[in-house]
Amino acid sequence: MSVTTTPNGYTLNTGGKRLVIDPVTRIEGHMRCEVNIDDNNVITNAVSTGTMWRGLEVILRGRDPRDAWAFVERICGVCTGCHALTSCRAVEDALDIKIPYNAFLIREMMAKTLQVHDHVVHFYHLHALDWVNPVNCLKADPKATSKLQQLTGPKHPNSSPGYFRDIQTRIRKFIESGQLGPFKNGHWDNPAYRLSPEADLMAVTHYLEALDLQKEFVKLHTVFGGKNPHPNYLVGGVPCAINMDDDMSAGAPLNTERLFFVKARIDEMKAFNDNVYVPDVLAIASFYKNQLWGGGLGGKSVMDYGAYPLVNYDKSTDQLPGGVILDDNWDNVMEIDPRDPTHVQEFVNHSWYKYPDESKGLHPWDGITDPNYDVSSAKGTRTNIEELDENAKYSWIKSPRWKGHAVEVGPLSRYVLAYAQGHEIVQDQIHKSVAAFNALAGTNLGAKPILQSTIGRTLARALESQYCSDMMVDDWHRLIANIKAGDTSTANMEKWDPSTWPKECKGVGTAAAPRGGLGHWIRIKDGKIENYQCVVPTTWNGSPRDPAGNIGAFEASLMGTPVERKDEPVEILRTLHSFDPCLACSTHVMSEEGEEIVSAKVR
Amino acid sequence: MGEQKKVLVLGIGNILWADEGFGVRALEHLQSHYEFPDYVTLLDGGTQGVYLVQDVRDADILIVFDAIDYGLEPGTMKIIENENVPKFMGAKKVSLHQTGFQEVLALADMMEDYPEQIILIGVQPEYIEDFGGSLRPVVKAQIEPAVEKALAFMDANAIEYSKRDTPFVPNDASEDAILTMDNYEQGRPSEELACRMGDDRILTSNEFNVTEPKLAKVGDNPLNVEVDHHLEKYR
Repeated sequence: MSVTTTPNGYTLNTGGKRLVIDPVTRIEGHMRCEVNIDDNNVITNAVSTGTMWRGLEVILRGRDPRDAWAFVERICGVCTGCHALTSCRAVEDALDIKIPYNAFLIREMMAKTLQVHDHVVHFYHLHALDWVNPVNCLKADPKATSKLQQLTGPKHPNSSPGYFRDIQTRIRKFIESGQLGPFKNGHWDNPAYRLSPEADLMAVTHYLEALDLQKEFVKLHTVFGGKNPHPNYLVGGVPCAINMDDDMSAGAPLNTERLFFVKARIDEMKAFNDNVYVPDVLAIASFYKNQLWGGGLGGKSVMDYGAYPLVNYDKSTDQLPGGVILDDNWDNVMEIDPRDPTHVQEFVNHSWYKYPDESKGLHPWDGITDPNYDVSSAKGTRTNIEELDENAKYSWIKSPRWKGHAVEVGPLSRYVLAYAQGHEIVQDQIHKSVAAFNALAGTNLGAKPILQSTIGRTLARALESQYCSDMMVDDWHRLIANIKAGDTSTANMEKWDPSTWPKECKGVGTAAAPRGGLGHWIRIKDGKIENYQCVVPTTWNGSPRDPAGNIGAFEASLMGTPVERKDEPVEILRTLHSFDPCLACSTHVMSEEGEEIVSAKVR
Repeated sequence: MGEQKKVLVLGIGNILWADEGFGVRALEHLQSHYEFPDYVTLLDGGTQGVYLVQDVRDADILIVFDAIDYGLEPGTMKIIENENVPKFMGAKKVSLHQTGFQEVLALADMMEDYPEQIILIGVQPEYIEDFGGSLRPVVKAQIEPAVEKALAFMDANAIEYSKRDTPFVPNDASEDAILTMDNYEQGRPSEELACRMGDDRILTSNEFNVTEPKLAKVGDNPLNVEVDHHLEKYR
């Protein structure tokens, strides 16, 4: 056992029991987590490991930069499109290509639709079961559920007692037939579940409604990008032509009918966010008023590049402004410049990669992806690791840092940055949410204790989804007005031909991906990709320790969390899921034969 | 006569994993040799998982081609119908990416939009862990018999179809053409250029013993009756 204090202020104690969760489920990709738990059932040390290796940087080398988006988009089928968008931006930045206004607006709507879709699916289909107990909903009184619905989301049409009774009957039939369905893996008798049966029934009902609606949301991608998942993108603009009088016979997919179809989808997203998603998160959160742990770096040390400009290429008009906040000082928002070699650096001294000098970090333009898998100091055998050694290399994820500081990324980080910079819409959303939470929970808390928690991450994601649907309404009206004014251009093809490119150049693209700030860095030489690095949100959040000993956001978020039962990782999964981890992006494919798919072991 | 029933013919699987691509290849064969009226949809479901729920819910009659693991002799075809098609959830699959097809069926059931009739035309794979590889001969030989089974089912259920005079060939420019089995097999890079088991730099590190991956041995106790069970151990 050892006790150490990290530069970012955490006391790590490796005594007590070691709990291993491998893999962490209901996430994208493969992740392992080990924690030490003391005699009071409080987590005193956390070790987060990405157990897959991603080789995309290697695959891209030597390819045509105009094709890069199609490769990187396939990093993941869930946050589909955001890697493609970021890649197009990186290439356009390198080649100094400016896209037309219509293309900008269409890309904005595609990106915001992804936010709504991804956030809704994450909450209802991956994260809700951390808070909601579907078995418990069988005990609910449908009349009381109907009342709860009318209290929390009065504008939602599906609120009658009969409707809830009907759903309850279905769930009962399903469970009694011996099928727990998607609800199979839960620890349903764990006292960490706090909802009333009525709230459980309401949430399960919305689980089904969301499953039905999510397929409508992504139709926006099929109109603008041809398909979903993996809609099409284009360096220089968007791959769809506009002809408002057309019946599509000339091959122009955007006409009046299609644009009004898009508007109908945006209205659906807005209604669901306003009437169901945000109210559900607040209602659920209020039952967990005594469990406001899980914050870690969340809302205290945060980063985002900034996103959704009103005027393209003008960062000062970002509707979710970026920056960096350290150590809970919301009065000091610092700048992040993805081009500055001292700002964003990736370290590998605890990652399974090799650098010539591992005491130093590398800026992504100079990034190296050279695998070096070594578990010689771990306990157990090579194919059955019992306990990793966090003092050695222990993850396929690198450790990105801003000027050497560990920061958290994600919707909560964006919301805290916007709030701290006086963003009126975000402040209004947060103030209303805090008031609603306090009213439901009977508490009198300020914004910070609610936001700087597992609940806060989940709430910020819902608010961001809501804001994105509102912004899309504006984007849509601006697109219609611009087309009416006679501009139908959707792509700038001036520099399509590689003969117009400089011999060597480099660029960077950033985006607000659903899971946080995303950056792609590219170097182009003789018309081909010379180096490509993606620094994705989960790399920031899931990073292992850096040479100075700072722990990353996942690890920090688990510190100090009390658990009800040592062998049932309900609280740990709840907090890790609140980041919506995407290990598929942050690392890639590495799994030993015979590995147990889900296991939690106490040692 | 009631309303015309909607028919969905679905091929599922991962063509990057050798015999695991059987369902998609069988569907490709069906499409290239037969034409169907509007009420029949052919869908390459690939590895889409939960996103297939909407298509299954829309269907009255569902015909599925898939690789199955019932612990049979490799290349054995097995027909499973209606209530015998497993629709319980894989206990271990809990992420969106891990949604097996039986979970899609369970969700459709829970949403009370379960197809009236289902036929699963499955073939036991011989080999899966051959990244970029094609179907093994015993599995490939079952494509035509599997398609015949589907057509016989259609005959029995008054679902119309007609044989094409000349096989349908996808447009060269489309991604479908790149993925047709012939093009896919001919375009495969050599083993030296593209390692077929994983990344060389990892596999040759001192931390790993490289062993040939195996499917469950024939003759062992049959595995759980799960349509996609064979995928679990690779996830």
